[in-house]
Amino acid sequence: MLGLEKKDTSLLIIVAILTMCAPFILNPFPTGSAMAQFNAGYPDLMQRFVIFGIFAIGFNILFGLTGYLSFGHAAFLGVGSYSAVWMFKLLGYNILPGIVLSVITSGVFALLIGYISLRRSGIYFSILTLAFAQMSFALAYSVLTPLTNGETGLQVYNSDPQYFHSDALPNIPHLFGQEMQSTFKLELGAWSFDFNTGYYICALIMLVMFYLAIRIFRSPFGLMLKAIKTNQTRLNYTGLNPRPYTLAAFVISGMYAGLAGGLMASMDPLAGAERMQWTASGEVVLMTILGGAGTLIGPVLGAGFIKYFENIFSKINDTVLHQWFAFLPDGMEDFLIVIIHPFVGKGWHLTLGLLFMAIVIFLPGGLVEGGQKIAQKFRGSKAKDDTTATDSTPAE
Amino acid sequence: MGILEIKNVGKRFGGLQALGDVNLSVAENTVHAIIGPNGAGKSTLLNCLVGKLIPDTGSVTFQGQSLLGRSPHEINQMGVSRVFQTPEIFADLTVFENVMIPCFAHRDGSFKLNGISAIRGQNDIKEMAEAILMDVNMIDKRDMTASSMSRGDKRRLEMAMCLVQEPKLLLLDEPTAGMARADTNNTIDLLKEIKEKRDITMAIIEHDMHVVFSMAERITVLAQGTPLVEDTPENIKGHPKVREAYLGEAQV
Repeated sequence: MLGLEKKDTSLLIIVAILTMCAPFILNPFPTGSAMAQFNAGYPDLMQRFVIFGIFAIGFNILFGLTGYLSFGHAAFLGVGSYSAVWMFKLLGYNILPGIVLSVITSGVFALLIGYISLRRSGIYFSILTLAFAQMSFALAYSVLTPLTNGETGLQVYNSDPQYFHSDALPNIPHLFGQEMQSTFKLELGAWSFDFNTGYYICALIMLVMFYLAIRIFRSPFGLMLKAIKTNQTRLNYTGLNPRPYTLAAFVISGMYAGLAGGLMASMDPLAGAERMQWTASGEVVLMTILGGAGTLIGPVLGAGFIKYFENIFSKINDTVLHQWFAFLPDGMEDFLIVIIHPFVGKGWHLTLGLLFMAIVIFLPGGLVEGGQKIAQKFRGSKAKDDTTATDSTPAE
Repeated sequence: MGILEIKNVGKRFGGLQALGDVNLSVAENTVHAIIGPNGAGKSTLLNCLVGKLIPDTGSVTFQGQSLLGRSPHEINQMGVSRVFQTPEIFADLTVFENVMIPCFAHRDGSFKLNGISAIRGQNDIKEMAEAILMDVNMIDKRDMTASSMSRGDKRRLEMAMCLVQEPKLLLLDEPTAGMARADTNNTIDLLKEIKEKRDITMAIIEHDMHVVFSMAERITVLAQGTPLVEDTPENIKGHPKVREAYLGEAQV
């Protein structure tokens, strides 16, 4: 179907079902229950899941296939966001022009940075991209203030022209009148589920982008990118020029990042320079490696995993812990909480860091490899061969 | 006029004159061996041919066209393929994918952005790759990961990858280095078979005299960056200068 192999088609269908049913899947606990804080099915977080999913899918095209580790992809995210907000300011709140422009500008930007950075490989390439991203970040804060509105962040003001805006249209980001923020709440007994327009638009775009990524992975172009990762010397002596291939991969992944940035601004029409900071670039690297670099589904899983941690784990504070361990004798309760305290709430980074280390050491192929190992256990050794077929070249 | 003409080529690395004044002509459809003791400049010469190094002086022409200043992939597209001392293959990919890549290079040139069409729809490429794998007896290994094969098989795969591009000149850098006797003999047989089946010129750099004398039609002996003699294998065997270059120290 859709020009895909059977295996890839089923993967796409599974991802489609999961994203479409996400409001149910992410809200498994009744609203009033003690476990409700583990519910991730609120619009804001669901939007972030899919937007960072797009970001990571794009990053994986560069890093997973060619092995070129870019530490500056957040720059494209930021450029995308700024472009989208500018479109809101000039044309109006329809998100379509904003998204289109964010993809174009980030593509041009990626072409420029890629052309220079790709003259080097390995750590030098990483440092060059990092330098460019930090430069963009610093510029956005200082010299480029007229374009970026500096520390305040770029936002839409009443005095902005908004040429295509009319009173009939909502005064927040919308797609032909459909507001991004509008949410339909479904109450089923003790449960409640949120269906948010913005989320579904992002999810549909993510599915298209995921499909596109599968096509790239299975194309001659994708094969060349894998060849670049494996052995550039042989590629050179096979009469192929690696430079344009890596540049194309860089631009494509930059455009994915720009799209993610544009969508972010569409969900919340505000763009700040901190979106370009190196921590944001590092985050997408973590997502990709955590999920499984070079695999199709890995980056999406990694993005979901990290965003879930960031938003849910960080909310567990001492009060919540006291509730959980209330059944224990007082001394024991306090003791346990003292031990757990550094790992939750503000300390969620510590847990994430430990998990990341564990995954990189024991499962170099990321969550996908973990899943494959479990699946193998269940199916027994007879199916050993086709589990590797999800196309993982483990991260290095 | 040979297919490959090397004229007055010199290359210096700092204070070391790696190549002095090399003149060499490789005739079309022959197997030409370049031998010499360690440090004689064999590998430097080879690197000057494929575009990895640019010689300081002299000229290198292939079929009348200069090779100087061209990058390795351009030289390959002109019809010069290279086999490395340790097989350079795409270790993480399957054997079939390994062979498909040069097929694409042969069909589409050095760059083509083909990001949407599926590989499995490329029937001509698949047929090409299958044919060459049949040719080198590796069709049963097509789905193996290249890195999991024996060294002999890797060498065979590398040859297949070179041959599928139908090169006019095949450069071999010590193709049997570090191989067991049986593997060496297999490689010799493979090379002979290749030579019989196609119009191809081979230039071999080799240490193993067994390989050289069982294959070469012409031999050039290189010592300290300059060619000592060039002759047929029979004449080279008893040549006093050659004995001196190889065994000089032992005789003193």
